[in-house]
This record gives sequence, structure tokens and C-alpha cells, in this order.
Amino acid sequence: MNRRLHRLLPALLAHGALAVGAVLALLPLWWMLAASLMPAGEANHYPPRLWPSMVTFEHYAALFTRLDLGRYLFNSALLASAVTVIALFINSMAGYAFAKFRFRYRDRLFQGLLAAMVIPAQVAMLPLFLLLKQFGLINTYWGVIIPGMASIFGIFLIRQYLLAIPDSLLDAARMDGAGEFRIYWSLILPLCRPILVTLAIFTFLGAWNDFMWPLIVLTDSSKHTLPVALANLLGEHVQDTELMMAGSVLTVLPVMLLFVVLQKYYIAGILLGGMKG
Amino acid sequence: MTGHQRHATLSAGIFLAPALLLIAIFFFLPVLAALLLSFTDFDVYALGDLNRLRFVGFANYLQLLQSPLFWTALGNTLYFMLVGGPLSVAISLGAALLVNARLTRFSGFFRTAFFLPVVTTLVAVAVVWRYLYHPRHGLLNYGLSLLGIDPIDWLGDPDWAMPAIILMAVWKNFGFNMIIFIAGLQNIPPQLYEAARIDGANARRRFRHITLPLLGPTFLFVALMTMIGYFQVFAEPYVMTQGGPANRTLSVVLLMYEEGFRWWNMGYASATAFVLFALILVGTVLQLKLRGRESP
Repeated sequence: MNRRLHRLLPALLAHGALAVGAVLALLPLWWMLAASLMPAGEANHYPPRLWPSMVTFEHYAALFTRLDLGRYLFNSALLASAVTVIALFINSMAGYAFAKFRFRYRDRLFQGLLAAMVIPAQVAMLPLFLLLKQFGLINTYWGVIIPGMASIFGIFLIRQYLLAIPDSLLDAARMDGAGEFRIYWSLILPLCRPILVTLAIFTFLGAWNDFMWPLIVLTDSSKHTLPVALANLLGEHVQDTELMMAGSVLTVLPVMLLFVVLQKYYIAGILLGGMKG
Repeated sequence: MTGHQRHATLSAGIFLAPALLLIAIFFFLPVLAALLLSFTDFDVYALGDLNRLRFVGFANYLQLLQSPLFWTALGNTLYFMLVGGPLSVAISLGAALLVNARLTRFSGFFRTAFFLPVVTTLVAVAVVWRYLYHPRHGLLNYGLSLLGIDPIDWLGDPDWAMPAIILMAVWKNFGFNMIIFIAGLQNIPPQLYEAARIDGANARRRFRHITLPLLGPTFLFVALMTMIGYFQVFAEPYVMTQGGPANRTLSVVLLMYEEGFRWWNMGYASATAFVLFALILVGTVLQLKLRGRESP
């Protein structure tokens, strides 16, 4: 008995710690969801409730009817999708070139790009704003999309993935007389599917969750994305806890579902990114 | 150059052009321009009429170094990074060890649970935490009251506002580092542990002499990424405290945003951005040097 307890104790402690951790990690998200479904005022009860006494969707209805949240949802979805689709093409082309073509200064160029990742994005923001202003792109969707179209991390991901694919495959296609673009389109892209899914999630999540740049570029409220709209909503509706939680759920839920469905690819991307360390 | 090589260079150029042009125009050019901008008095008047722009040398940097507000922001940012960073790394490592332990069941569930906050939208969860931190009916103070701890005015008390932001930030992103640590742990050959066990090394010794040294490169990577990320803290104070109370959560990036995009002091704000960049660079080099000396 004693020996069995001795063997069981570490397992019990470890699972106890994991369970406490999981509760702490999930409780804020659970409370957000529960509060969003509570009748007005209930989220401010003391002691706090973790379960709505009565489930109501009135706050979600209010968001869509009175507060035009559908508009922001549309903006966020449009911007994140556009950035993702364009970034997939542009980064995969560059990643392919770095992985499979020999040309002068290739490695030095690539090293230089990697080193530039240490420059914080905020350094570029002020002149970028002035530049886009010159082009008349401030307060347009393109002002948000364009700076996200190419990313060094995206190029890096594709390159690492393609390095593992043998050149003989490409040479065979060249022997058959396929043109370079044809090889990219009908051989490389299908081969890259897993890493393209990874890059797509990263880009979509990044664009959806981004706050600072859309806040700067999109001055007109009809163009705001969900995070920007949510931050503004907080100013006027800070007392309406349940309403704010419904807005938070709508902002978080799409990316969370996307992650849960495609989590394998997302994790793979983090690991590939971590390899360079 | 043979015909084949020339062909390859040309093709590579075509495939690279869109990405490199975009990165050059929308990243490298602005970074260079920011450097130039930081030596000018670009302000709201220059925004309307470029002829008003004047070269001022290091005046912005001098003004910055003499501004108490900048030192406050820098102090807050360093506080956030030096307390939040190690805390986040420690919790990530602990979580990774537990999730990855041989006797752990349902490790997939725990991994997903710990990771879920990472993919959430920062602004949305910052809004959620504002309510969790409510001094009277917030969930956190209720939890503390069960442990017999008096309510804390998390976001209203100047001494507690930054710890509150750190707590929220750690909750939000420890799962990311955990994933990298798990991969690092799984790369350690199990035979090493077997051999140590046969030699009679207990769990603590195995951890000190196998796990920690072999986790070295992972550790460095995680520490660097965490430091760089934490230096750039912006949305948390923007949404939760607007830099208050009494500027105690004003970060360097928030200061840059306010100066640049609210008051349009773009020269001054660019200097702020470059000081941030310099700090990140120094931090990176310092960590690389430190690691280099540890493991020759």
C-alpha cells in the first residue's frame, strides 16, 4: 500500500498542478463567454457568477442591430483574408527562390533579411504612415493590407520547408521541359501544402489580432476592424459588462475555432520558427 | 557565367522581386527614413507643409534624455520586461515539464488549454481582464477573498497596475514558449536519462545535469523572443490603463504612439523608436554574449 502510494503521489501532484493551471488558463475565457450570455447587470453581481441564471442573446443582438458589429466583423474578415491570400503567393515565391535557385549573394541576402527581424516594426511605422499618406492609402483597406503582404518570417518558413525536398524532383520536371512558373505552380505549391496551411494560419491570426497598425491607418470608423472597434466601444460602454463580453467573444471566437481545427499546422510553424535558435 | 546559371539568376530574380520590393519599400525604406526623421523637427506643421521641416541634429535625442516622461516610460518597460519576461519563461518551462512528463495523461488536452490564450485577440482579452480586475465585483478579487486576501484595486493603484498588466501578459503568452520548450525536451535523447538513472542520479540531478544544459539553445531562443516581444508592449496598457494611473504603465511604444500619432511630433517619436531599437539590439547582443561565455 505504502509503495503504491509512493509511486502514485508524483502523478497525483503533477495532475493536480496541471488541472489548476488549466482552470487558471481557461477561466478568463469561460467567464467571458458566460458573462456575454447573462441578463444585463448580472455580470456585476458579487460574488461573481460563472453561469448565467438565464441564457440571453440580447447583447449579441444589440451588437449587430445597434452597434454595427457586422460591419467590423466583415472588415476584419476581409482584411485578414486578403492579406493571407496575397502573402501566401508572395512569400512562397520568395521562399522557393531562396531554397532552390543558386545565385550570387543568395545566402548573404537571406542572412541579412533574418538579421533585420530584430528591428521592431514600430520603428517603421511613422515614415510608413507618411509614405502611405503620399500614396493616398491612409484610411483605406490597402493601407492595412500592403505592409502585411510580404513577411521575412513567411519567406523563412517556406524556405526551411523546401530545403528538405530533393532537387531531383525539380530537375526531372525541367527535363520534361516544364517552365519555371509551371514548376512553381503545379509542383512546388502542391508540395508545400502543409507549410502553406501553417503560413496561412499565422498570417490570418496575425492580421485578425493586429491592433496598432489598423488603429493608426483606419481613421474612419466604418472601416475599423474588430479589435479597434472593441477598444472604441469600451470607451462608451464600459458599464455594459455583458455587452462588452459579447463583443470580445465575437472577436476571439473565429480565430480560436480556426486554431482548434488547424492546431497541428500552427504548432508545426512555431517549431520550424524555433529551429533557427 | 554559363547560360544555365544566368537562367537561374533571372528566374530567381522574378520569384524574389515581389517580396523583396515590398520589404524594401514598406520596411527598409521606412526604417531608414525614421532614422533621418529622428534628426528633424517633423511636427504637425511639417505634416501640412514639408518646407517647415528643419534638421535639428541630436536635439530630439537630447530632449528625450532630459524628459522625465521618457525615463518613466523606459523604467516601466524595463519593469514589465525584467519581471514579466523571466516569470513567463519560468511558467512556460514548468508547464512544458509537466505536460511532457512521462506519467502525464491527457497531455494533448492540457497543451491545448495552456495554448488557447495565445491565439486570442490581445485587445479582446485585455477588455476581459479589465473586468476580472474590477476592485469590487471582479473575479480575481473574489478568488483572493476566498484565500483571505483583502481586495486590491488592480488597475487603479499605481503600485498594482503594472503587476496586473504583467499577470495578464504572462497568462496570454506563456503557452507559446511552452510549445517551444516541449519540442526542446523531446529532442533530448531518452538514453541519457536511462544512463543517469542507472548511475543512481535522482530526478533533481537529472534535471540539473541533463535537462537544463541540453535545453540551453532552446532557452536562449525563448529568452530572446520573449525579451524582444516584451520590449514592445503597447495594447495592454492602451486598453487597460491608457498608461495610467500616474503614468505608471506608460510604455515606450505607447509614448511613441502618443507623441507620433496623437501630437504628430514625428521627429521626436522617431527618436523614441530608435532608442527602443537600440535597447533591443543591446539586449540581444548581451544575451548572445552571455550564452557564448557559458557554453564555450
